Amino acid sequence: MQIGIPLESQAGETRVAATPKTVAQLIQLGHSVLVEKGAGTLASYPDADYAASGATVTDDAHVWAAEMVAKINPPSDAEIAKLREGAVLVSLLAPARSPELVAALNERKITALAMDAVPRISRAQALDVLSSMANIAGYRAVIEAANEFGSFFTGQVTAAGKVPPAKVFVSGAGVAGLAAIGTAKSLGAIVRATDLRAEVAEQVQSMGGEFVAVKAEQQKSSDGYAKEASDAYNQAAAAMYAEQCKDVDIIITTALIPGRPAPRLITAEMVATMKPGSVIVDMAASNGGNVEGSVADKLVVTANGVKIIGYTDLAGRLPTQASQLFGTNVVNLMKLLTPAKDGEVVFDFTDVVVRGMTVAKDGEVLWPPPPVQVSAAPAAAVEAKPVEDPAVKAAREAAQAKAKTTRQLIWSAVAAALVVLAVTFSPASFVGAFTVFALAVVVGFYVVSGVAHSLHTPLMAQTNAISGIILVGALLQLGSTNIAVLVMSFIAATIASINIFGGFLVSYRMLGMFKKEA
Amino acid sequence: MLEYLIQGLYIVAGVLFILSLAGLSKQTTARMGNIAGMVGMALALIATIADSLFLSATQPDRQSVPVTLALIVAVLLIGALIGTPIARKVEMTQMPELIAAFHSFVGMAAVLVGFNSFAAAEGAGGAVHLVEVALGVLIGAYTFTGSVIAYLKLSAKMGSKPLTLPGRNLINLVGFIAFFALMIWFVIGAEANPTLGWVLIIAIAVIGFLLGLHMVAAIGGGDMPVVVSMLNSYSGWAAAAAGFMLGNNLLIITGSLVGSSGAILSYIMCRAMNRSFTSVILGGFGSEGGAVVASATEEGEHREIDVASAAELLWNAKSVIITPGYGMAVAKAQYPVADLTAKLRAHGVNVRFGVHPVAGRLPGHMNVLLAEAHVPYDIVLEMDEINEDFADTDVVLVIGANDTVNPAALDDPHSPIAGMPVLEVWKAENVIVFKRSMATGYAGVQNPLFFKENTQMLFGDAKQRVDDILKALS
Repeated sequence: MQIGIPLESQAGETRVAATPKTVAQLIQLGHSVLVEKGAGTLASYPDADYAASGATVTDDAHVWAAEMVAKINPPSDAEIAKLREGAVLVSLLAPARSPELVAALNERKITALAMDAVPRISRAQALDVLSSMANIAGYRAVIEAANEFGSFFTGQVTAAGKVPPAKVFVSGAGVAGLAAIGTAKSLGAIVRATDLRAEVAEQVQSMGGEFVAVKAEQQKSSDGYAKEASDAYNQAAAAMYAEQCKDVDIIITTALIPGRPAPRLITAEMVATMKPGSVIVDMAASNGGNVEGSVADKLVVTANGVKIIGYTDLAGRLPTQASQLFGTNVVNLMKLLTPAKDGEVVFDFTDVVVRGMTVAKDGEVLWPPPPVQVSAAPAAAVEAKPVEDPAVKAAREAAQAKAKTTRQLIWSAVAAALVVLAVTFSPASFVGAFTVFALAVVVGFYVVSGVAHSLHTPLMAQTNAISGIILVGALLQLGSTNIAVLVMSFIAATIASINIFGGFLVSYRMLGMFKKEA
Repeated sequence: MLEYLIQGLYIVAGVLFILSLAGLSKQTTARMGNIAGMVGMALALIATIADSLFLSATQPDRQSVPVTLALIVAVLLIGALIGTPIARKVEMTQMPELIAAFHSFVGMAAVLVGFNSFAAAEGAGGAVHLVEVALGVLIGAYTFTGSVIAYLKLSAKMGSKPLTLPGRNLINLVGFIAFFALMIWFVIGAEANPTLGWVLIIAIAVIGFLLGLHMVAAIGGGDMPVVVSMLNSYSGWAAAAAGFMLGNNLLIITGSLVGSSGAILSYIMCRAMNRSFTSVILGGFGSEGGAVVASATEEGEHREIDVASAAELLWNAKSVIITPGYGMAVAKAQYPVADLTAKLRAHGVNVRFGVHPVAGRLPGHMNVLLAEAHVPYDIVLEMDEINEDFADTDVVLVIGANDTVNPAALDDPHSPIAGMPVLEVWKAENVIVFKRSMATGYAGVQNPLFFKENTQMLFGDAKQRVDDILKALS
């Protein structure tokens, strides 16, 4: 299929939906690629590189007339008009928020694939633009904050005095939040983070952040997105935010709920308690903002000297990287759509990923798709397991342990009685031998109990050699005049001596290999 | 006088053996322990040779002293000529089968010593002696065939799948009942009628052979660490039984030392697999529930990684943990793995090894292989020492391990390996799994690790792939 990559028309857009590298990958899948002149200039991908990768660099009319058009932003009305009827469009579409766009595309019988409607399942991560862009935005949010912040992020002890590390608070531990945590941490800051979903605490810690829990009833996410919270939770959360505002230097908010205005997390009063020079990055500014007073695309300075950054183009501020990741997401989508790698596009609607992304096809609106229930959170069935009262459980375990001890005591008593009985009715020589036996068993038990795991193999070779001591028995029989006994003891002594020589030597050889670090 | 001297030497040898095993429990004292064992054995042999020669000189019904001496020298020469080259040349990857083979020698020797003891009617005589002979022959025979089967399985001369006959527990039970019946008959009838005695003692040996054959054949390849240490234990009991027959305290001490130490090793292994000792001994792992198939159907998408990206990931990591398994031994990948470790450490990467207690086919097998390849032993850690650290680790390399890194053991209560402690590799930021294909591990359980988001697969021969990474890094 012919894929057109247009120059983005939206003001301020720096990204492009394909890079020379991804063009080559698309061509490998059997497609041909048309790139509009200058499409990659802002992202530092010159036309010549596209041509070198096998794309045809041409004008916008040709690009828009292609069988498939892949771009970043939703098309304008003028652009929809330029699409050929029945063409395939791949871009961000926000279908939930823009029904009129979906209708307009459907009218022209466009097959529209929304890159921002990928189901949140593991398999689909490779084409999830929201994830890849959020990752970049989270990184950039920290860089923007550092740019406006008047001090170091990392603590230092210098000849000119001690510098305390900056404290960064990240709200929302989604992809953007985690990226922000990691970036701030690697700049040396103390990082704390919170999220409605308590199950992400581990992820926060894995990035080097400290998880701040809201002390109220938690919610679980079953579709991978955060949901709106209850009133009691909101009150507890507000108290926590108020407390953090007084303490930290940098706040990065990433709380977005799909299809709804962003939740208001930080009020003007909280901002007023922050130290002068503090920086807030509101990554939800485009949807109304998590922070009272934030303005989309603007840097606002409050009366007490706190800077609130509301840039909505954070990902676009890293155009080279963002284009590469977006382009790779498109390539991964095309891999899914061209299973035979022959340039033939197949729409397999039994695949929840393809079905979920397709908002319109053949004059039919297919949004919203049937829900997909897969996520990192444990499935409901597992949670529904009856939880035993801890006290009852402890009592039951104690009773079990007690019963076990009793059983062991009884068995030990029986064994002891049997031994006493056997020894009582045995000849004297056996009694002596048995005493030695019993003591040696106990000694063996204690000697080996503490053995290091790494020495099990040499130990085994050694005990093996030592058990070749049976040679002693065979040697004593070796002087016999009974020819059968002589032959048997000769064989027994021979194999036992192989054992002794082989076992000790191999153990010696192994032990020689174990070397401590020089 | 001479007799007391001999007993004195035996006591010293026994103490040296105890010190030997005690020394082997720590790296710093291990070599001393090894030497102590050799010295003890030398003393024991000198004493025994003196004893044997003295008996030949004083008792009329024995061979003359020169003949006895010639026979003893011949035995020791043959043993040294065969044993020494084996010990020098054996590859560390073949250690499990070598040890199994050595166990079979002790077993066979115990059977023969038992026969002789019956023929010569040495020791105390009477009913107790006959019970000792019967037990010694049974344990020796069991150890012999069990070890031979273990050897064949470990050296891949025989399939490692558990051979499960219908009603196998019943067969074992019948075997033991038959043994007890024969033993009682043997004790009652053997002294009056030596021919009947021979028939019975050979029948007992045959039962022992069959039981060893059947029980070890029913145990699968992955349980081999337990089986080998169990057979080690049996070879000790066989020696102890011989000591009872001959009234020889040194044999009793040494045999029971080895026997109980082998038993405690087996117990440690079983605990590491969260399996009861009996369930391992009775064999047939994986056949005990239909749930296996159900949980094995969990599938997903795995991601592949190429050599260059893997190399880059490692080069940029701060902390790397390598978790080796049997696959590393099979591919003989320990040398390139050691080179990779040295290279990364020289670059400032903190590389450590996490070894699961039952990785490989012999307890401590991985440690020996890594030691052979000159990996310093203080960066090779046990599961309990390293499990906490995975969360702070950038890259985990899983080389030829499968079940020992399977999260299903913790997450899925229906999994056949549920409850087995495992290396929690998935907590690391990145996991690279070296694997030939997507086939399941020894337990036949699908491994959800391969489908985790932070896991990437590097397919192919482990040695080849590690070599490729080394090339990419240079």
